[in-house]
Amino acid sequence: MSDELIRLSAAALGAKLASGEVSSVEATRAHLDRIAAVDGAVHAFLHVEGERAIETAAEIDRQRAAGAPLGPLAGVPIAIKDVLVTKGMPSTSGSRILEGWIPPYDATPVTKVREAGMIPLGKTNMDEFAMGSSTEHSAYGPTHNPWDLDRIPGGSGGGSAASVAAFEAPLALGSDTGGSIRQPAHVTGTVGVKPTYGAVSRYGSIALASSLDQIGPVTRNVLDAALLHDVIAGHDPLDSTSIPEKWPSMADAVRRADVSGLRIGVIKELDGEGFQAGVRQRFHESLELLEKQGAEIVEVSAPHFEYAIAAYYLILPAEASSNLAKFDSVRFGLRVTPEGGGTVEQVMSATREAGFGPEVKRRIILGTYALSAGYYDAYYGSAQKVRTLVQRDFDAAFANVDVLASPTAPTTAFKFGEKMADPVSMYLNDIATIPANLAGVPGISLPSGLAPEDGLPVGIQFLAPAREDARLYNVGAALEQLLEARWGGPLLAQAPDLSSHELTATEEGAL
Amino acid sequence: MSEITAEQVAHLANLARIALTDEEIEHLTTELGQIMHAVEQVSEVATPDVPPTSHPIPMQNVFRDDVVGTTVLTADEALAGAPESDDSRFKVSAILGEEQ
Repeated sequence: MSDELIRLSAAALGAKLASGEVSSVEATRAHLDRIAAVDGAVHAFLHVEGERAIETAAEIDRQRAAGAPLGPLAGVPIAIKDVLVTKGMPSTSGSRILEGWIPPYDATPVTKVREAGMIPLGKTNMDEFAMGSSTEHSAYGPTHNPWDLDRIPGGSGGGSAASVAAFEAPLALGSDTGGSIRQPAHVTGTVGVKPTYGAVSRYGSIALASSLDQIGPVTRNVLDAALLHDVIAGHDPLDSTSIPEKWPSMADAVRRADVSGLRIGVIKELDGEGFQAGVRQRFHESLELLEKQGAEIVEVSAPHFEYAIAAYYLILPAEASSNLAKFDSVRFGLRVTPEGGGTVEQVMSATREAGFGPEVKRRIILGTYALSAGYYDAYYGSAQKVRTLVQRDFDAAFANVDVLASPTAPTTAFKFGEKMADPVSMYLNDIATIPANLAGVPGISLPSGLAPEDGLPVGIQFLAPAREDARLYNVGAALEQLLEARWGGPLLAQAPDLSSHELTATEEGAL
Repeated sequence: MSEITAEQVAHLANLARIALTDEEIEHLTTELGQIMHAVEQVSEVATPDVPPTSHPIPMQNVFRDDVVGTTVLTADEALAGAPESDDSRFKVSAILGEEQ
């Protein structure tokens, strides 16, 4: 029973909860048991709510019994990326500098999932302040990919993606600044959506780069992502970059799942050199399936995408160096006083030296440099111009097609340590995901199969014009149906059974 | 563009208030040089006729009425996570050093 519960989609679990077949306490308990069994090996969580989650679930069960009107995800457990602040739950953003901090308020997306009756299970691991593509930059140790525990789960939101891939949670919240939702989805065989910039409030999201960050759903299927998207999207007066217009239902778009006459543009620059053969093979097979269903596949060019990574690695550190100035040892988090005392400035410097990891220091220094007098125009100014050029590439492409498609990332999951010594090669991993953040457009990654050469998951990415998130759910749902018919079920059904062969590792991890 | 020196990195670390060790400065000097080399290609296409973009979605400034909202923290809540506080204030060490 317990194993059956954790393998249900969020939508299916929600339906069983609504019909009274299962209680939220039972569903929550099943997921907590799963976390206890496998998270020693996976390490998706930095904090688990435990009995408090059971209490929350019991309250939802009481409301349901009393006949309260509840939404489709009420009573469904959810994991929350540690970048979002949570009242009464530790929030570290993967950094030592926030170890033990308990925020006094909830981020808006957290408020919304609580209002929808969902049960927060805990906080998921991430690269420190979301700086990374592997979770190897987490101050609390990496998360392991449930498909192969020696490999990275993607990043920065590797914890959220691994938690749903390992059936520790039916769905999770993530954040995407340059691919931190979509690239982990790609390497773990899960679904991740970066909504249009401003669709979901950033209030209470510990900011990395404010003009790029966006909160979004992390799930095992497209419908669950849509249901969660519908919960968290919407205008928030507490975020002045929040889009005021109303949104159509993403779940309705999933139920439409009709690609006849849909024009899909294949981005030429993201379909060749540097992309693993199996990644490209699964990508083209997916396109053929869609074409058979009546979609029209056309090649488009985005000539400035090759400059996007360079622009991103100037804009992101610039914004991050400013955002991370708030970690000053005064209002929250760590304080380290130099031996024999010191001025507030010396305390601040000692705290930041001890509290930040190497990647965070690297990017703060880089950002400080890019913004400094004499270099501002050449670096930050030029990067902002590239941003315009990338947006123009999107505008030109979307004048001719409804959605764009590419592999989500160039390779399948790499092994731990493989790219740690070379920051530039780590940065290249984000080549297909970064342009969407620079332009603010929405993107989805869903599984397109396993790469034949290594048996690891591969994702396909669709991008739509700003505010047209529903198009992603429509095409994503259509492709998912076609692929699952071919596979005979979800891709994750082919993942290794962690509960049997990883028990030893779990026990070792607990020692 | 110019090469990055260890003195520059030390200066940047001071501006960013991070007490880097000499070893870290040495390491970062090499890495920053490599990263800046990789990103300076932005200047190839950033010609004077291209306007800069700072924000992905065009937006107007947002105003609200100047009234106290419903999400305001109490002093106790605001101070709850502070490393050190005194009554209703954040407490820090001396602002000025002896020589100042």
